[in-house]
Amino acid sequence: MTVGALAGADPGTLSDRRSRRGDAAFAGITRAAGLVVFALLGAIAVFLVVKAIPALRHDKSSFWTTKIWDPDVSGRFGIAALVFGTLLSSVLALAMAVPVSLGVALYVTEYAPRRISRLLGYLTDLLAAVPSVVYGLFGLFFLLPRLVGLQSWLAARLGWIPLFADPSGQAREYSKSIFGAAVILAIMVLPIVSAITREVLRQADPAIKEAALALGATRWEMIRTAVLPPSRPGIVGAVMLGLGRTLGETIAVALVIGNTFSTSWHILPPGGATIAANIANFFGEAGALGRSALIASGLVLFAITLLVNFLARYVILRSGREERSTV
Amino acid sequence: MAKRIETIGLSCYYGGTKAVDSVNITIEPKSVTAVIGPSGCGKSTFLRALNRMHEVIPAARVEGQVLLDDVDIYTPGVDPAAVRRVIGMVFQRPNPFPTMSIFDNAVAGLRLNGVRGKSALEEAAERSLRAANLWDEVKDRLRRPGAGLSGGQQQRLCIARAIAVEPQVLLMDEPCSSLDPISTLAIEDLMVDLKERYTIVIVTHNMQQAARVSDTTAFFTLRGQGEPGHLVEVDSTQRIFTNPAQRRTEDYITGRFG
Amino acid sequence: MSGASALGLQRRRLSRWGLLLAIVAGVAVTAGLFSVTPLQGRADFLVVAVVLVLAAVTAASWSVEGGRAARNRLATGLALLALALALLPLAFVLGYTTLRGLHRFTGGFLTHSMAGVGPLSTGGGVYHAIIGTLEQVTLSSLIAVPLGLLVAVYVTEYGRGVTATAVRFLIDVMTGIPSIVAGLFILAFYIIALHRGFSGFAGALALTILELPIIVRASEEMIKLVPAGLREAAYALGVPKWRTIVRIVLPTASTGITTGVMLAVARVIGETAPVLLTVGDNSFIHTNPFAGAQGSLPLFVFQQAGSSSNFDVQRAWAGALTLILLVVVLYVAARLLTRRNTLAQR
Repeated sequence: MTVGALAGADPGTLSDRRSRRGDAAFAGITRAAGLVVFALLGAIAVFLVVKAIPALRHDKSSFWTTKIWDPDVSGRFGIAALVFGTLLSSVLALAMAVPVSLGVALYVTEYAPRRISRLLGYLTDLLAAVPSVVYGLFGLFFLLPRLVGLQSWLAARLGWIPLFADPSGQAREYSKSIFGAAVILAIMVLPIVSAITREVLRQADPAIKEAALALGATRWEMIRTAVLPPSRPGIVGAVMLGLGRTLGETIAVALVIGNTFSTSWHILPPGGATIAANIANFFGEAGALGRSALIASGLVLFAITLLVNFLARYVILRSGREERSTV
Repeated sequence: MAKRIETIGLSCYYGGTKAVDSVNITIEPKSVTAVIGPSGCGKSTFLRALNRMHEVIPAARVEGQVLLDDVDIYTPGVDPAAVRRVIGMVFQRPNPFPTMSIFDNAVAGLRLNGVRGKSALEEAAERSLRAANLWDEVKDRLRRPGAGLSGGQQQRLCIARAIAVEPQVLLMDEPCSSLDPISTLAIEDLMVDLKERYTIVIVTHNMQQAARVSDTTAFFTLRGQGEPGHLVEVDSTQRIFTNPAQRRTEDYITGRFG
Repeated sequence: MSGASALGLQRRRLSRWGLLLAIVAGVAVTAGLFSVTPLQGRADFLVVAVVLVLAAVTAASWSVEGGRAARNRLATGLALLALALALLPLAFVLGYTTLRGLHRFTGGFLTHSMAGVGPLSTGGGVYHAIIGTLEQVTLSSLIAVPLGLLVAVYVTEYGRGVTATAVRFLIDVMTGIPSIVAGLFILAFYIIALHRGFSGFAGALALTILELPIIVRASEEMIKLVPAGLREAAYALGVPKWRTIVRIVLPTASTGITTGVMLAVARVIGETAPVLLTVGDNSFIHTNPFAGAQGSLPLFVFQQAGSSSNFDVQRAWAGALTLILLVVVLYVAARLLTRRNTLAQR
C-alpha cells in the first residue's frame, strides 16, 4: 500500500499498523476534547449550584418573592423585582425590534436589488459587532437625553395606559428607566433577529412564489401568501433566540437602567433592575452571602435563558427547517 | 373567454444571451397547442414569455409582441400582474400553497382578486374542482392541507386553482412530467374537457402525449450548438406526426435525434 | 390601447411624476403643520413627514391604481422605512462615538496608562487596558481555538452515537450562557474556591467559555462544507482518516475557519461582563496575566463611563472609539477574507 506517494503524503509511512495507531490516537484526542466540554459544563452547573445554596437556604425572607436586594446588611433579598425587570425590558425590546427586523429582512431578501442586498446584510450584521459597553455609553449619553421628548409625549398622551403612566412626573426629565433599557436592547437585538429571519426567508420555496405570481399577485400579495406563512415557525424561533440574548445582556443595561427594586409596570419613570445588571453593579461590594445571592440569581438567569433557547430550537426544528445559526 | 394568442417576432433573453429567437405563431382559441422539442431548446422560456413570467427572473427580457386578441401584453403601462390574472399557468412540479387547505388553495386566486362572500367562494371551489376532476376525491376533506394529496391530485388541485379565476388562456409547462402514468392519463383526459372553454398551450417532452391531446403542434429546436432555440414548424397535430414539412421535424418525430 | 383597457389589462399606473408629487405634498403639509401649530423639533418633523409621505403615496396610488396596488406600495414603503430604522442606529452609534471619542483620542492616550491619574486629571490613557485585553484575548484564543477545532472535528468526523449528539447539544447550551454567568463561574470556581484571586488569566478563562462555542459552531459549518467527494478521493487512495482530516479537510476549510476565529475574537474583545468579575481593577501597566489584577479595555470604558467626572467620561469615549476600531477592523478583515475566498473559488 504505497499509494501514499500519490496522495502527497510522506511515502513509506503508511504501514497498516502505524496508520491504525494514528487513527486511534487522533480519534482519542478528539473524543477527549468532547469530554472536556462535558466536564466544563458539568463543572459550571455544579459549582454555581453549590455556591448558590447558602443564599437559597438563608431564610430571612423568601428568595422568590422578595423584591429588595440587600443580602449583606439586612439579609433580606429576593429576585422578584429582578426577574420582573429582566422579563419586562426584554419583552419590550423585542416588541420594538421584531417588526423592524422583519421589515429589514424582507427588504433584503425580497425587495433589494441583488447587488446591494449582500452589502445591506453586512451592514445590519455590523450592528451586532459593536460591543455592549459602547451601546451602554451611547445609551447613557446620546439616547437617554433625546428620549425625554418621547417619554413626555407618551406620559402625556398615553398615560392612561398603566405602562406609560407617570404619577410622579419624573419621566419629563432625563430618566434612567426600563424604557431606556428596552430601547437600547432593541437596537442590540435587531441585527440578531434580522440575520436569522433573513436566513429563514431565503429558504422560501421559489416554486410556491411562482405559483402566487402566476395567479396575478402583486409583490406584497406574493410575500403574504407564499413567503410569510411557511416562514412563521422560523421567525418565531428567531424572535425567541433574540429573547435569549436580551435576557442575559448585562453591561448596556447596567449603564442605562435606574437600579431600583420595584415591580411597577410604569416603564417611563427612573427605576428598574435586571438580574444581569444587578450582578454587575453589586458584585464589587458583595460579602460572602452577597456573592452567594448573586450567584443564585445568576443561576436563575441561566435557567430562564436555557429554557428560552431550547424552546426556540424546538420551534425551528419542528418546522423542519435546517437552522444555520450565525450566532 | 378563450382568446387567441399571436406572437410576432418574439425573442427571449437572459441578460445578454438570447434563448429564443423570433417566434411567429398563432394559437387559436378553444384548442390545445402542444410545444415539443428536445431539452434546452427554449420551449419553457417561450411559454413563460406568454404570461410575462419570464421577466420575474432578474435581467430577463423580451423583444417582439405578444398579442392577446390584438392587444400587445408587453405594451408599456400594462401591469404584468393583470396579464397573469388573464393568462394562467400550471407548472412542472405541483406547487399548492403548503400552509393552505385544499379549499383555500382552490380559491386562492379569487381571494386575491377580492372575492369575499362565503357562498361565492364555495360555489367557485366546487365548480373548479369539478372541472379539474378532483371534486369527488376531495369533497369530504376540503379543509385538510393541500400538501397532503398525492402528486397527481396536487397537480389537479393546481389546475383547479388556475381555472377558478376563469382565465382566458391556460399555459401548462410539462404538467405531467413528475407524475405517474395513471395520473398523467387523468390529466390528459382533463385537457380534452378543458379545451371546450379555454385556450390551452402545453409544453411537453412526451411526443405521444402531444399526439394524444393536441390539435396543433409546434416544434422547437436549437439552430445549432450554443445558438438560441427557434420555431421550426407549426401545423395540425395530424400533419406534424404523419407528414411534417421540415426535415428536422421528421428527424425528431422519428427519434433520429433528441 | 382601448382594447387593453377593455380587457382590464391597461391599468392606470402612478407615473414617476405622480410619485414625486405625492412625496413633495407630504413634506409640504408637514412643513405647513409645523409652522402653524406648536409642533416643533427636527426629530418630530422627520417622523411626521415620513408618516404623511407614506399616507400621501398610498392615497395617490389608491385613487390611480386601485386598492391592491396601493397596498403593495405601502408594503414597499414600510419595508424601506424598516431598513432606514435599522441602519440609522448603526450610523448614530458609530458616528457619535467617533465624534466624542476623537476629542481625547491621541497618541498619548494610546501609550499611557492611568497610573496616578485621578478623576479630576485630564491625562491618562488606555495603554494598560490594551495590554490587558490583548493578553487576555490571546490566552483565551490559545485555549479556545485548538480545543474548539478538535471538538468540531469530533462532532463532524467522528460524530456517531450518543456522545457526539450530546456534545453537539452541550455546545448549543454553551452558546446560550449569558456572559455574566460565565464570569460568575470563574469567580466562584477559579478565583474563590481555588484561591487564585483576580488575574488576567481568570478573565481569559471566562472569555474562553464564551469563545469556545462560537469557534466550534463556525468550524463545524466550514468542515461540513468540504465536499464528501474530497474525503472519498483521499480514502480511496489509502490515506488514513486522521491524515485526511489534518492534511486535506482542515486546510480546505481553513479560510472559513479563520474567518470564524476572527469573528469570535471580535466578539470577545468587547465583552465586559466576564472580565468585570475576574480581572480585578488595575490602573497600572501589568503585563503578567497569571497573577494580579490587570486592566481591560471594555472594563476601562465601563468604569470611566459610570463616573461623574467629565474627564473620566471623555476618556470613556476615547476608549470606546479604540475598542470599536479594533472590532470593526477585525470584522471587516474577516468579511474581506470570506469574499476573497469565494471569488478565488469561482
